[in-house]
Amino acid sequence: MENRLNDEMIEHIGILAKLELSGEERERAKEDMGKMLGYIDKMGELDTSGIEPLSHASGMQNVFREDEATNGDMREDVLRNAPEEKDGMFLVPRTFEG
Amino acid sequence: MEKRYETVIGLEVHVELATKTKIFCGCPAAFGGAPNSHTCPVCTGMPGTLPVLNKKVLEYAVAVGLAANCKIAEYCKFDRKNYFYPDNPQNYQISQLYLPICTDGGVEIETETGKKTIGIHEIHMEEDAGKLIHDEWEDCSLVDYNRSGVPLLEIVSQPDMRSAEEVIAYLEKLRMMIQYLGASDCKLQEGSMRADVNLSVREEGSEGYGTRTEMKNLNSFRAIARAIEAERERQIELLEAGGLVVQETRRWDDGKGESYAMRSKEDAKDYRYFPDPDLPPIVIGKAWLEEMKKAQPEFRPEKIKRYRKEYDIPDYDIEIITASKRMADLFEETVEQCGQPKKVSNWLMGETLRLLKEKGMEPEDIRFSPENLAKLIKMADEKKINSSVAKEVFEAIFDRDEDPEKYVEEKGLKTVNDEGALRKTVEKVIAENPKSVDDYCKGKEKAIGFLVGQTMKEMKGKADPGEINRLLRELLDGIKEQ
Amino acid sequence: MELLEWTALELSEKIKAGEIKAKDAALAALERIEAGEKRYHCYITVDAEGALRRAEEVQRRIDAGELSGPLAGVPVAVKDNICTEGLLTTCASRMLGNFIPAYSAEAVKRLEEAGAVVLGKTNMDEFAMGSTTETSAYGGTRNPWNIGRVPGGSSGGSAAAVAAGECFLALGSDTGGSIRQPSAFCGVVGIKPTYGTVSRYGLVAYGSSLDQIGPMGRNVSDCAAMLEAIASYDKKDSTSVDRKDTDFRAALVDDAKGIRIGIPKDYMGDGLDREVREAVVKAAQVLAGKGALVEEFDLGLAEYAIPAYYTIASAEASSNLERFDGVKYGYRAAEYEGLHSMYKKSRSEGFGSEVKRRIMLGSFVLSSGYYDAYYLKALKVKALIKRAFDAAFVKYDLILGPTAPTAAPALGESLADPLQMYLGDIYTVSANLAGLPGISLPCGKNSEGLPIGLQLMGDCFQEKKMIRAAYAYEKARGSFGRPKLSADTEVGDGSFGCGIDAKPEGGKKSGKTI
Repeated sequence: MENRLNDEMIEHIGILAKLELSGEERERAKEDMGKMLGYIDKMGELDTSGIEPLSHASGMQNVFREDEATNGDMREDVLRNAPEEKDGMFLVPRTFEG
Repeated sequence: MEKRYETVIGLEVHVELATKTKIFCGCPAAFGGAPNSHTCPVCTGMPGTLPVLNKKVLEYAVAVGLAANCKIAEYCKFDRKNYFYPDNPQNYQISQLYLPICTDGGVEIETETGKKTIGIHEIHMEEDAGKLIHDEWEDCSLVDYNRSGVPLLEIVSQPDMRSAEEVIAYLEKLRMMIQYLGASDCKLQEGSMRADVNLSVREEGSEGYGTRTEMKNLNSFRAIARAIEAERERQIELLEAGGLVVQETRRWDDGKGESYAMRSKEDAKDYRYFPDPDLPPIVIGKAWLEEMKKAQPEFRPEKIKRYRKEYDIPDYDIEIITASKRMADLFEETVEQCGQPKKVSNWLMGETLRLLKEKGMEPEDIRFSPENLAKLIKMADEKKINSSVAKEVFEAIFDRDEDPEKYVEEKGLKTVNDEGALRKTVEKVIAENPKSVDDYCKGKEKAIGFLVGQTMKEMKGKADPGEINRLLRELLDGIKEQ
Repeated sequence: MELLEWTALELSEKIKAGEIKAKDAALAALERIEAGEKRYHCYITVDAEGALRRAEEVQRRIDAGELSGPLAGVPVAVKDNICTEGLLTTCASRMLGNFIPAYSAEAVKRLEEAGAVVLGKTNMDEFAMGSTTETSAYGGTRNPWNIGRVPGGSSGGSAAAVAAGECFLALGSDTGGSIRQPSAFCGVVGIKPTYGTVSRYGLVAYGSSLDQIGPMGRNVSDCAAMLEAIASYDKKDSTSVDRKDTDFRAALVDDAKGIRIGIPKDYMGDGLDREVREAVVKAAQVLAGKGALVEEFDLGLAEYAIPAYYTIASAEASSNLERFDGVKYGYRAAEYEGLHSMYKKSRSEGFGSEVKRRIMLGSFVLSSGYYDAYYLKALKVKALIKRAFDAAFVKYDLILGPTAPTAAPALGESLADPLQMYLGDIYTVSANLAGLPGISLPCGKNSEGLPIGLQLMGDCFQEKKMIRAAYAYEKARGSFGRPKLSADTEVGDGSFGCGIDAKPEGGKKSGKTI
């Protein structure tokens, strides 16, 4: 079970979650996640065959809004917390694409 | 012996729905606008904000599913597709993976090789991403979230197509169907219809599938056809050289006529889909589904049948008019107002198609109203304008939806129906052109054409050519008899 | 000051009767904050100016006869993961150290409409991930009963502020016990409502299927009034429920007759502190004495609740926290090379270690090859747990037990062993998994003088039964008392590093920060 969480896996998860762990953090993460997964594995004891997974416990369904515009121009609100802005847009490092 | 290859193609088609607002918030979904002027805290992924589904999106999805002969799910959900990219404000896209709204359908296409059904694996609802603008000066990118949250349908076909011709027939079929539903304008150039091509090759006669690639950034039918040819060649060359096709996403560069792989080690493909806890499931009961079925519009085959019964126009006209929902609507609404289906059809088949072609437009781009076309037809019938003036007026209608009555009034194009005035002009023309008169009297029929032209010139085009002709003959025949 | 000893309902009565002004109440609370914050650090942001301005507005509305509700003029605090328009909302994270929302959470709007006066934003575990309020990027909060102890978490700032008299009522949020457990540790009352009762719009999401905002106050009546104010059907939240029975004060009846109460044997066994067990058993006897029918029963599955909870909460959190990427708001690393480096550096520097740990775990349980074994399995376990509660609520109106296995632990003790800390949530997480309402209220103190919490859980939408029993118990129990703000709770040498100096960088923009 521990080998699920080898360096390669931690690296992979880091790419997915966009987190960069220092050497020490990585070791700690491996250890803590290993322990946690070991504990979570307890669920395996339970026979859940034939049980429908319950994603929404409240039993609500069919919640819609009508197709009516309710929002005006909110540019200022949307951009006010931007770390970097240019010409009314969010500035980011150049994205891939030639 | 040389191996022969077969191309196997499946399509993922994204269609932007023609709703007034976005899929999960009350921002306008309209194309354009200043950057970020169609955004709010929800569609820019602000902390604490939540999505609420636009009912119209679901209705369009079901309508398209029904038209494509799909099963409509009694129970469906939204899932989150997690990946980081700046055009995606939450860094997850709300989509459907586990329980899509429509499954197992198919549409029939017709090509030179005959009829064939292209299977549809599924149709699901999802949100569009924002737009990235690359700033060459500062070597950075800028994000505009106006498009973020615009509703999309993704229509995933089975790998049933074998050629670019079939692909284009399939796309045209989908487009016509969706336009008939009014669910989208389906413009490839503007991106309201986008097709990703999944392509693999295999030796002819073999049953299994080869490794496929996914081609993106195809903005026209021409680009799609070229990309399919190029990718087929690329894969065959690879295999012939003893290599292997790598499963990857490629981007088509239409300028260069080639594609390149979009790969980066930071793009580990693992979307970690899971049901979106913010959106309760959708349950479509029998009664609701029946209601939606009843609300389906008339599609082309039924329309063709009905036109044959209702309108006295040739099959050829029917084929062309019904090929576009916009044309068919225009036709029906105009006939409703002025009758005369054949004349209406002539305007659509003649001048309308000519102008569309000239201006590089599609029938769906037509902006003029049936009212104005009907008025024009009535005016021509009543001989208020002659046919060449009518053509000029029609151009104004086509370009700016002008009211023909006002236009004719303002430009002073009305046919002079004062017989006295016309008679005087004709007499003048006869007096001034003895040579032509003489020719006519000697039996040269053609001479009358010149005299009609001269009269029309004198009348500054505002005369009915039939009337001129009649008067000329009356007077000339008088001269002849003398 | 005597004013601070009143309950929220008493205070509002006196303001409406014209005995005191809303502004005086706000000033008194702000003075107490000024004095108390040196010891407790309950707040991340105190908005003194805004509070006084709002108090005057509220006074005008009261004088004009527009405001007559039970919260009119009451100074309240809001947990810092609940958005407040124009007021810094940090989630106790460096990531949102400068985030000023352009919108208020629906619950905050409702409070303000009811005439409550928001004093500021309370400290918490970063992004509500923790059980001690020690994972806050701006330093921990101390337990007003004993500053060597944690206040619990994640709504530790709210609980401590109520206990220390630094507000009359506070909003908390509860994903796995984050209202109830700190309420227990700080000797106050906290309610986690049925999922869907309070709009989540404007609550920065942790585990969306589990999160609920709820009231924290000095007694059951104050909490019932606050819940009544914030419970609302909100079209902006698709999981919001249109309830008609939200007149919770109607349930404030001193009568437990005929209420059927079940005590799960699984909640009273191994791992439960002896003194906590004794206090809970005694509380059950008090309720039986008031006519409730109390018995023990087997609920089952208790040991699977935590594994299911942490799987689901971490998975949802890993996705919910993806939006914090340095593009639209919040922290962006100073140096990076290219887009992905910007993402990684901003997130690695902006999030604390507990948050990163849960994001990693959540990403793992959703990743290809592990989804079925973990995430899907957890959803099935959740279905079984829901079933077990459905069965229990056929036989019982309420389920009674301890809120937490122990009283408040010492500072620093829990973080050393995260798994142990997670196990402390064993009695509270099931209510979140099954969407049930739960209340924690003080039922005694241990030999060290630390409060002990009693938990009552009801079936979905049965808050009224729960409130009635809690109210009846509270009447029988009598006054619980308040921690003393005396010299014996003075911070010694400050070596706990409670971090009072750590301030969010955006504090300057939003007015005062303490």
